[in-house]
Amino acid sequence: MIPYLLRRVAGAVLVLFVLSIVVYAMFYAVPGDPAKLACGPRCNPEQLAQVRDQLRLDDPLPVRYWHFLQGLFVGQDFSTGTSVLHCDAPCFGLSYQNDQQVTELISQRLPVTASLALGAMVLWLILGVGTGLLSALRRGGITERVLTWFTLAGTATPVFIIGLLLLMVFCAQLRWLPFPSYVPLTENPEQWAWNMLLPWTALALIESAKYARLTRSSLLETLADDHIRTFRAYGVSERAIVGRHALRGALPPVIALTALDLGSLFGSAMLTETLFGLPGLGQLLVHSVRTIDLPVVVAVVLVTGAAVVIANIVADLLYAATDRRVTLT
Amino acid sequence: MSAQRWEPEGVTTERNATRVGPGPGQNATEAATGPEQASAPEPLVRVEDLSVGFPAADGGAATSGPGAGAATVRAVDGLSFTLEPGAALGIVGESGSGKSTVAFALLDLHRGTGAQASGVVRVAGRDVLTADDAALRRIRGGVAAMVFQDPLSSLDPYLAIGDQIAEVYRVHHRGASRRAARARAVEVLDRVGIPDAARRSRSRPHEFSGGMRQRALIAMALSCEPRLLIADEPTTALDVTVQAQILALLAELRAETGMGLLLVTHDLGVAASSVDDLLVMRAGRAVERGPVNAVLSAPREPYTRALLAAVPRVEQACGDRAPVPVPAPAESRREAGTTAETAPEPATEAAPGGEPKAAASDAAGRGLAGPAPTTAAAAYREASGAAEPELLLEVAGLRREFGGRRARTVAVDDVSLTLRAGETLGVVGESGSGKTTLGRMIVRLLEPSGGSLRYRGREIGGLRERQLRPFRSELQMVFQDPVASLNPRRSIGESIADPLRAAGRLTGPEIVARVRGLLERVGLDPDWYHRYPHEFSGGQRQRVGIARALAPEPRLIVCDEPVSALDVTTQAQIVRLLGDLQRELGLALIFIAHDLAVVRQVSDRVAVMRGGRIVEEGETDAVYDDPQHPYTRSLLAAVPLLAGAERPVEAVATERVEAVV
Amino acid sequence: MTSEVLATTQAGAPAPASGARQVWRRLRARKAAVVAGAGLALLVLLALAAPLLSALTGQDPNTYHDDLVDSARGGVPTGTWGGISAEHWLGVEPGTGRDLFIRLAYGARVSLVVAVGATLLQVLIGVIVGIAAGFGSRFVDGLLSHVSDVFIALPMLAFVIALTAVVPADFPRPLLLVLVIALFGWAGTARVVRAQTLSLKKLDFVAAARLGGSGPFRVARRELLPSLAAPVITYSAILLPSNIVAEAALSFLGVGIRPPTPSWGQMLSTATTWFRADPAYVLLPAGLLFLTVLAFTVIGDALRVALDPREASRLGVGRRRTRNANKADNANKVDEAGGASVSARVSGAGAADTADMAGATSAPQKGGPA
Repeated sequence: MIPYLLRRVAGAVLVLFVLSIVVYAMFYAVPGDPAKLACGPRCNPEQLAQVRDQLRLDDPLPVRYWHFLQGLFVGQDFSTGTSVLHCDAPCFGLSYQNDQQVTELISQRLPVTASLALGAMVLWLILGVGTGLLSALRRGGITERVLTWFTLAGTATPVFIIGLLLLMVFCAQLRWLPFPSYVPLTENPEQWAWNMLLPWTALALIESAKYARLTRSSLLETLADDHIRTFRAYGVSERAIVGRHALRGALPPVIALTALDLGSLFGSAMLTETLFGLPGLGQLLVHSVRTIDLPVVVAVVLVTGAAVVIANIVADLLYAATDRRVTLT
Repeated sequence: MSAQRWEPEGVTTERNATRVGPGPGQNATEAATGPEQASAPEPLVRVEDLSVGFPAADGGAATSGPGAGAATVRAVDGLSFTLEPGAALGIVGESGSGKSTVAFALLDLHRGTGAQASGVVRVAGRDVLTADDAALRRIRGGVAAMVFQDPLSSLDPYLAIGDQIAEVYRVHHRGASRRAARARAVEVLDRVGIPDAARRSRSRPHEFSGGMRQRALIAMALSCEPRLLIADEPTTALDVTVQAQILALLAELRAETGMGLLLVTHDLGVAASSVDDLLVMRAGRAVERGPVNAVLSAPREPYTRALLAAVPRVEQACGDRAPVPVPAPAESRREAGTTAETAPEPATEAAPGGEPKAAASDAAGRGLAGPAPTTAAAAYREASGAAEPELLLEVAGLRREFGGRRARTVAVDDVSLTLRAGETLGVVGESGSGKTTLGRMIVRLLEPSGGSLRYRGREIGGLRERQLRPFRSELQMVFQDPVASLNPRRSIGESIADPLRAAGRLTGPEIVARVRGLLERVGLDPDWYHRYPHEFSGGQRQRVGIARALAPEPRLIVCDEPVSALDVTTQAQIVRLLGDLQRELGLALIFIAHDLAVVRQVSDRVAVMRGGRIVEEGETDAVYDDPQHPYTRSLLAAVPLLAGAERPVEAVATERVEAVV
Repeated sequence: MTSEVLATTQAGAPAPASGARQVWRRLRARKAAVVAGAGLALLVLLALAAPLLSALTGQDPNTYHDDLVDSARGGVPTGTWGGISAEHWLGVEPGTGRDLFIRLAYGARVSLVVAVGATLLQVLIGVIVGIAAGFGSRFVDGLLSHVSDVFIALPMLAFVIALTAVVPADFPRPLLLVLVIALFGWAGTARVVRAQTLSLKKLDFVAAARLGGSGPFRVARRELLPSLAAPVITYSAILLPSNIVAEAALSFLGVGIRPPTPSWGQMLSTATTWFRADPAYVLLPAGLLFLTVLAFTVIGDALRVALDPREASRLGVGRRRTRNANKADNANKVDEAGGASVSARVSGAGAADTADMAGATSAPQKGGPA
């Protein structure tokens, strides 16, 4: 178990290292002068030279990458001509747009994305697993048909369409809910939830379809297992069979998938944030891409990559913890 | 109904209230003690005109007619029998005979699966098929308990064994506390011979060995004190020594508790040593029923005779028996829409003219029906005129390891053997003995980790794929699984032609002609060249596999459990085919099997493997008649004998502690 | 890390042979698939005939009609339902007054071309890498599997978006979309193919082919590829709708197809500001996108079942009521979308070891149970 974990963590670090090289090389080795981007359109050559120097753009790429790594682990100093700006340990550099520390930007935006993801997760688990169980246990009936088409529709709908429809119905037509604007949880929990309700629902509806399908097929497969037959043959009631034996076998993949999805939710989160105007990481990325704010782009991509990698490890651990048949070696 | 033929016994039993019980093995039959005691003494099990139909697998686009007439496959067709309290009945038959379906019907396990069961099934006075769900649950486990074939998949992998038994116990003893149920679980686990039961009851199934799992399953059955134990192929997944222990345990428990036993098995030997009465089934119907000794020693029906004749006997040197042709079933049980997959094997074997044709050509080739594979080497020796046939294979100190640095296992350890042209070497061993790994190394599907592997004087153990090419055609293999060994997406003709095409020596038409010849030689219709594997039965696929092995004109064929997935009658035909081919072509065979009887039938010499090593090797009859190594002796002692239940079960019971560890 | 259970579910023998005609017959037997197929045929026709329709209706996708929008109300189309008229069958775009029907038709072209192109490229890369990994040496497998892992770990959408920022503006956008979607989406196919190859490799018919003197290329071509066709086609059918969504999503975020080329995602993006005033402008592209993806999903599911009749319908659409008594609905425990990665991770990583160990374990003893 421990050696396995060490190996996985080492692997993850390697993947992230490679990822950082790729990302860094891709964005800084491309044509176009980062100094111009950083300095802005109304820069005189003198300022430009200063920025070049500040960003160490005259160094070869590997050296710059080395400084970037240094920044990540021990911090980095940036001279802004007159003063020196210190950027603390996980330092992704300074935004071209407003010289703000990228780390700071990210830590401001992270709670929004986290609120979105976690809230949606709760919803989609309730909705998806519930639907899946129901359609697996009510087989052949009208319930199953309705649920089947519901999940099918869910899989076929991009999140921005659901979101738009929700907005149309609940904001524009019925006027039940406000057009979402983010209120921090710490400020006003009620407003936070009220504003997040639409984004959560949009995201959860999409995701829950996947979970409904997984839960259904997983439960059906477990119910077809030989050991279920054994307990049937010993007079154990169907309720006890599902509760005590089938669910235990059916849920590990669902739990593992949840962990995976939390890591890789970023794509949908980006769309949801853009649609609902939530100031999360996704919106930050879209905005930075439009303004070609490279340090921010690199940082966000790396952070989301790390989330996926960590989620993978957590998913495997959870799978092994919940499904005792799997041994991690 | 023809099924009624043997029935009078049962019927009179029911009418004649004074009769106590039919079987010789009848133990003290207590008056029915069940909670819903029947008013008249009635047999423990009474099955009348039972039929079970399954919906056909693929209706596809073919629209079925009016609702009720939807295509079904009758797995059981108008079966009736009775079982007296405390008696033991064995239901035997080949795959597709419907024997397991009958066992399932006794607990109506078909309920809710889409299968339709009709007729009357009464267990301890309760009508099973018409019972409501709650009543049925009380019968299941409480009155009749079931032991399944595969003990690993039949237990919940997530829960401790003791908890599973306790759960079942509490279903039938509502008042029992958790603690009491756990205590009961430990008690029954101890009873079935699990050492340190209190501690082991906290283990999960995968921590148990195969035999121990089956013991645990029996303990679960025992915990509810059922009046009937239904065992569906309880030992099929187990090694022969473990099988003997489980059968001994069943006999012991039956003697102790007086419960009835319904044993479903494909193995006549298993049935012979464990039951009082035998019911032979074929294609969903009863063929013959009677006391076990009577049926085995003097079968009345031709099918039973054929079945018995096909069973290889470990106690007989071969050449003693003449094969008996299998009669076709009196009437096809296939109804509208039946697919080939679900049809009974004997029927499909016979229907397209495959097996009978084979039998005919065999008989023609030999002149008479007596098999004489043992003399293969001698015959070849005479034919070739050489005093000593060429030494093909020399294996010395062969070794194979698997796994990485830490989790290293040695599958084959210091094995040495030789093989001459035209000779058959049998390799027997239980699961995990390394026999398959050895076989795969010899044909160089696996690379040896150490030792020498010489073929016709050339060391081939370390050769690379490219250097091996010239030897490939001479070393061939027949595989165990007739499903996995043929590419489902290529026609059988193309599969057989493949080595010829790879060699590139023959032209297209020549290859086709040769493949057609090979098909014919193994008893298949040459016109089936373009058919796909799924259109064939297991036996026919195995013939295709043999034809493919023959295609490159090999000198040595390793047969890895070539018949273990087949029914006995098919098994006998394939074994005969291999023998014929060997004699005709002077092939050297290495015949790997777990079935000691089959190996005895075909081998000139035999090697017994255990834990990756050969523990004993010698002339076949010498090894079987006078085994030197204790392991060989225990293996042979564990084989159930067809001759009847003469051998006392206690003899094997004493060894049971050994396998528990 | 080896899950015996999952490994065995994957290791089964491939489906029985089934000719194209049989697959076609099974497909046609499913009503949902027929309806979906007809819908898709219509869509393809619409896309192909876009210039023709443009000529026929006399409408150009990029002609502004200021007279048709009410500038006083911010550009809402005049007339009911987004300005539906005899000339503008589905109304006009708010703000610009461009003809919606023709723009939707041209949008279908973009959508289909990008999705099909990306899918083909993804599958091509995936199959090559997957077979190489599954059939290659331990080193090759390790390397390729790690590369696939890295690509799966990349947050695709984020990456694609980021990439579009640095690619020169004059690079043709549809081609760029095909390339980036394929570049970041091949790893799933590779994993599926690798797992399939590994389980096929264990089967005895591959061993038999080796004994027959076939070299690795011959084995791959003759024994593996035919059996890989079904899973690859099935997987492509899952990829295609998700690529349609990907294209729409990128255009929605403003980094995909650039105006004035019409695209559904772009329309939806504009629609976010119009959903109060002009609901028709939301519903039309959204409905079309939804129906397209739905149709592809239904067809993909039907295709999967048609190619391997033993598989149960994953979606459960058009399932027959009567069921076989044995494992009726034996859908894969972990299904395609995200689940593939769980199963691949749990069983895939250890599959190489499992494959090698398979030779070590002795043949299981099976008699002839009923």
